[in-house]
Amino acid sequence: MESILDHVIAKYNYWIYVVLMMIGFYAMIGKRNLVKKLLGMNIFQTAIILFFISTGAKKGGSIPILDKYAALQGQVDVNQVVNPLPHVLMLTAIVVGVSVTGVALAVMQRIYRKYGTLEEDEILHKIENE
Amino acid sequence: MKSNLHMYVMAAPLLTAFLVNIFGRNNRKVIAPMVLGALGLSSLLAIAVLKRTLMLGDLSYTAGAWTPPWGIELLVDPLSALMLLLIAAVSFIATFAALPCVKRDLEDRQHLFFTLYLILIAGLMGLVLTADAFNLYVMLEITSITTYGLIALGRGRAPLSSFNYIIMGSVAASFYLLGVGYLYLLTGTLNMADIARYLPALQGTAALSTALAFILIGLWIKMAFFPLHGWLPRAYTDAPDGAGVLIAPLMTKVTIYLMVRLMLTFQSPTFPLISMDVRTLVIWAAAIGIVCASSLALAQRNLKQMLTYIIIAEVGYMVGGAWLANDQGMTGTLLHIVNDALMTLCLFLAAVAIAYRTGSLHFDNLKGLYRRMPWTMAFFTIGAFAMIGVPPTCGFYSKWYLLLGGIEAGQWEFVVALIFSSLVNAVLFFRIIELAYFGSLQDSEHHAHASAEPQEAPWWILSPLALTAVLLIVVGLSTGPLVNNIIRLMIPVGF
Repeated sequence: MESILDHVIAKYNYWIYVVLMMIGFYAMIGKRNLVKKLLGMNIFQTAIILFFISTGAKKGGSIPILDKYAALQGQVDVNQVVNPLPHVLMLTAIVVGVSVTGVALAVMQRIYRKYGTLEEDEILHKIENE
Repeated sequence: MKSNLHMYVMAAPLLTAFLVNIFGRNNRKVIAPMVLGALGLSSLLAIAVLKRTLMLGDLSYTAGAWTPPWGIELLVDPLSALMLLLIAAVSFIATFAALPCVKRDLEDRQHLFFTLYLILIAGLMGLVLTADAFNLYVMLEITSITTYGLIALGRGRAPLSSFNYIIMGSVAASFYLLGVGYLYLLTGTLNMADIARYLPALQGTAALSTALAFILIGLWIKMAFFPLHGWLPRAYTDAPDGAGVLIAPLMTKVTIYLMVRLMLTFQSPTFPLISMDVRTLVIWAAAIGIVCASSLALAQRNLKQMLTYIIIAEVGYMVGGAWLANDQGMTGTLLHIVNDALMTLCLFLAAVAIAYRTGSLHFDNLKGLYRRMPWTMAFFTIGAFAMIGVPPTCGFYSKWYLLLGGIEAGQWEFVVALIFSSLVNAVLFFRIIELAYFGSLQDSEHHAHASAEPQEAPWWILSPLALTAVLLIVVGLSTGPLVNNIIRLMIPVGF
């Protein structure tokens, strides 16, 4: 029991991301309200962003702004600097996430105008009665 | 070899997308020449790229002069050049039919439609070109976001179908991104060829299996591989006609190509990516998928909906063929990607032509169509024969390779599923042909306003349909050179 707990504490960042991801996934699959589904999708994406960011972190690492010449001569200790690449990747992923959310919100607006509700069951009911 | 040539293929639709948005806003007349001009240019350049790769080998472009493996590389080999040409040609042909449909359905939003349309095409080309795993994610999302928008422009329940697609598509993209994250942690690089170098050392680790599983499941959702296909039928049925002719032939096929390309890049004699037990599982899933999707297609009473289930069955063919992991199966898969794109294009163009004239694709409405639209139905019949796999149409040859591959690998369930699906296709299409040929207009309740006079679709839709039908036979007859000169070259030894 204690060893499992140690395991969880030692890698707590990954556990947080897994829990967040499962919450998002449940909301996307299990909820019947479209807004909740979209929120679930955002939580899901945020979990992955957090996962990437946490992989770049190092204990005692400083910001990765370096003197070019010092870096080229190999005077920089990589263990002292946080890996910037995951951050850069996630900037792009955030942009992608925002655009998907934007499109989803616009589509949702059209659904609401047409059916007057955002509950999936009610919408399907209305479509069947058409 | 360093080259910029293949970048122009992608740049033409991408830049025109913005120009269409700016100039098309006030003057609708400029939209058609701009879109057709850009895609025509793309097609010509794609032919040049294919010729050059066959003569000189791979062409590579490094974005921002950051050398790979650090920078993003856009690489084109003969196979991706073939895919590039396929995308350019199919989108060029589809645009002719899209123009009149969009003009009718979305009168005052034509410039917006074609902005999305062109960005989608550029995104598909980017998917084929990129050699960087993260860049692939970005391209995947560019194509998906534009597709969500295009589908939501449709009538009826299109927004809801689009929303479901957004949810499923985002799950898929997130899975893929997570897989790439794991691979980056394991190898420290994002360049696909560079990742492949490190893989043999990581063989058998749980982290690597998880990474590959996430990537594959992500791609399988995007390509609608059974049982992850739930979003596809409604989304493709409800899409506006002008978008359907582009999305249906290309989206799933390009995603399958991505899976094949990852498999070919990662696979090496020291790293057998395709282990025996996973392979059997995937082929069983493909076989069950083919049978289920074909059976579901039988239950449909609407032509377009039936075609969407056939697309899902065809995805099963190609995924199964690739995982047979032998020469014949892989050849069949790559050939079928090309053929299926053309067959789907032909059938969707015919469906659009029928819908343009009659307004509905319900089976009851198809009665007596051979008399009213003889040419459209003649080309539809060629497309149907290709889908069934009647020689000399191209569908026969790729199915033949897939069957040979299945027999060689001893995967009999896949062989049985392929034959079953071909038989079902025959039933499906002969049912429609019977209805359209023998079904009398008198039984139809529409006989009051539906005349028996020939009433063809406009030239804008009929001529691309005719061209595609001819292409089906031409590609079928030139299977030999296509396989020997391009496809066989790309399959590594020992596959």
